[in-house]
Amino acid sequence: MSAFLEANLPYILAGISVGGQYALIAIGYTMVYGILRLINFAHGDVFMVAGLVMVYTTASLPIYISIPIVLVATVILGLLIERVAYKPLRTAPRMSVMISAIGVSYLLQNCALYFTGGLPQIYPEIPFLSESITILGATTKWVTVITPFLTIILVVLLVLLINHTKIGMAMRAVSKDFETSQLMGIRINSVISVTFAIGCFLAAVGSLLYFSNYTSVIPTSGAMPGLKAFVAAVFGGIGSIPGAVIGAFIIGICENIIKGIGWTTFSDAFTFVLLIVILLVKPTGIFGEKTTDKV
Amino acid sequence: MKKTIALLLALAMFCCLFAGCGGQGGNTIKIGVYEPQSGDNGAGGKQEILGMQYANSLTPTVEIGGKTYNVELVYADNESSTDKAVSAATTLVSAGCSVVLGSYGSSVSIAASDTFAAAGIPAIGVTCTNPQVTEGNDHYFRICFLDPFQGTVLANFAYEKLGASTVYCLGQLGNDYDQGLINYFKEAAEALGMTVITAEFPENNSDFTSYLTTAKNEGADVIFAPCSTSYAQLIVEQTAAQGLNIPLLAGDTWDSNVILNAAQGKDSQIYVSTFYAEGGDPDFEAGIKEWIKGDATNLANNGGDDMVAAVTVMGYDAYYTALEALKAAGSTKPADVKAALPGVTYTGVSGAIAFNEIGDAERDTAYIKMANTETGAWDFVAVQGVN
Repeated sequence: MSAFLEANLPYILAGISVGGQYALIAIGYTMVYGILRLINFAHGDVFMVAGLVMVYTTASLPIYISIPIVLVATVILGLLIERVAYKPLRTAPRMSVMISAIGVSYLLQNCALYFTGGLPQIYPEIPFLSESITILGATTKWVTVITPFLTIILVVLLVLLINHTKIGMAMRAVSKDFETSQLMGIRINSVISVTFAIGCFLAAVGSLLYFSNYTSVIPTSGAMPGLKAFVAAVFGGIGSIPGAVIGAFIIGICENIIKGIGWTTFSDAFTFVLLIVILLVKPTGIFGEKTTDKV
Repeated sequence: MKKTIALLLALAMFCCLFAGCGGQGGNTIKIGVYEPQSGDNGAGGKQEILGMQYANSLTPTVEIGGKTYNVELVYADNESSTDKAVSAATTLVSAGCSVVLGSYGSSVSIAASDTFAAAGIPAIGVTCTNPQVTEGNDHYFRICFLDPFQGTVLANFAYEKLGASTVYCLGQLGNDYDQGLINYFKEAAEALGMTVITAEFPENNSDFTSYLTTAKNEGADVIFAPCSTSYAQLIVEQTAAQGLNIPLLAGDTWDSNVILNAAQGKDSQIYVSTFYAEGGDPDFEAGIKEWIKGDATNLANNGGDDMVAAVTVMGYDAYYTALEALKAAGSTKPADVKAALPGVTYTGVSGAIAFNEIGDAERDTAYIKMANTETGAWDFVAVQGVN
């Protein structure tokens, strides 16, 4: 039994850790969708930019100053994107906003390509997080162990915020009915801004954890985690925060188990097959709200 | 108002299209540089270009048919990606290049081969080692060794020097270079009686922990991972973080300071096979180091230090091979250069270059180097041939 555990624990650990990192990105997708009915395709790239900001700030500043700068810069970037690319299109058809989001995604990737010169940037080592630890014979980094706990703490805080504060109430109201809540005197723009700020903050935390584990940032670094987080959000029921988190953990763990079995070729295919299956069988996801059309 | 602005912007963009055009007078000959400057192989491509640029700075002119021509290097970035390869190649074709150098990476060379063939432009592969690059065509030549050779060399090395009996091979899914080299390695290794396990990772993958765990569980003595440097960096990092004491073995792509930087200060053993061992030609190295240090851009493109990568040496030799071909052709027409190339011989820094009937240079030695994790430099291990 212990030999079995020793051999297979690293897969599970890697799965839980990467699942937690996907979860932090997936929350950004799911919250923006809940409020704006917009799939923010630029979210994965915001995650990548957070990684690059960390690389560049640590080049000249100590790490304890860089981390807050990364968090703040990512939030500002998210708000800026919302203000410039999405806000002017608020009354436009939903498809236009989505195309705008895809445009922002490519813009960020190409800006990153320009600034990095196309070379992979090595992510700095964060003291403690990057150090190795041995659990039951499996050696890994501290960040792997911390990620799931940190993710759960952040999610609990977020759920408390949504259920027990004024802004949370406003967010719930907006996601229920955009127009009516506007008529009821909710300042819709500030609610949307807060949503983007929270989503980007979590993406920045996710990037700190993710890149501490996988220490290289390239302009397309955000694409794959972004897509997988999106699948996780759909799997859990887009619009639902616990759904996104559980979906992300399931995807992370399954992916690594598949690699462990030896079907390495299919590890990514699995994620996307899951997306198709869930859309066919239960389009609203595990925790998705049922939509009842009132005529 | 908005419409006017939109119209003006569209007009401005349209004008930019023509900005690149413009006649160039005088005696100028264009040599195309078809290399990745971004993407997974960006770091290696840039180092290869450095070799060409250095050669160009030393010999900026060439005498063809009694006339002196200025050599202009025309760059096209294939972004290390097969879907960008054709448009990069087309850029070089429409720029009117007489001969093309490149690329670093076999997949992009194979992808662009037809474009060069259709335009009748000969290409000289610098460090693309997959046999398919030159096979079945008369316009692609190459100055480096091939993967069947490299794979066998590495398998021999793993067997003789590392005493391996089980090897875990890890390559990128759908990458011609990775999969090709793994195949040849596997053939040779199995002939030697080793057990070979293969695994593939998808593009943009960054989580290698599960692969490495499998390698450990399968009892691998060596991990053979001939992938791009951006993945290599992650593999080196994660092998060390997981505390695996398994040596890593790879081909020519890993001969880069990206790997050295990733391995420095860590507990890892990395062996690579390559085209040139540092110290082979001290005069050349002194010159190029001086040149790299003299310019901030060059220094950045070389990864921040003045170490001479084997690919830089190959880029340097490729440039002179192209000049020899132009001299032999006695004309700037691509067709004449193509006809002259099979007969070209040149003794470069990396050794003698002469093409066989397929268009490959005959090479029979590879150098094995090991990463020194303390000094951050490559230590020469052995000259390995095929038995």
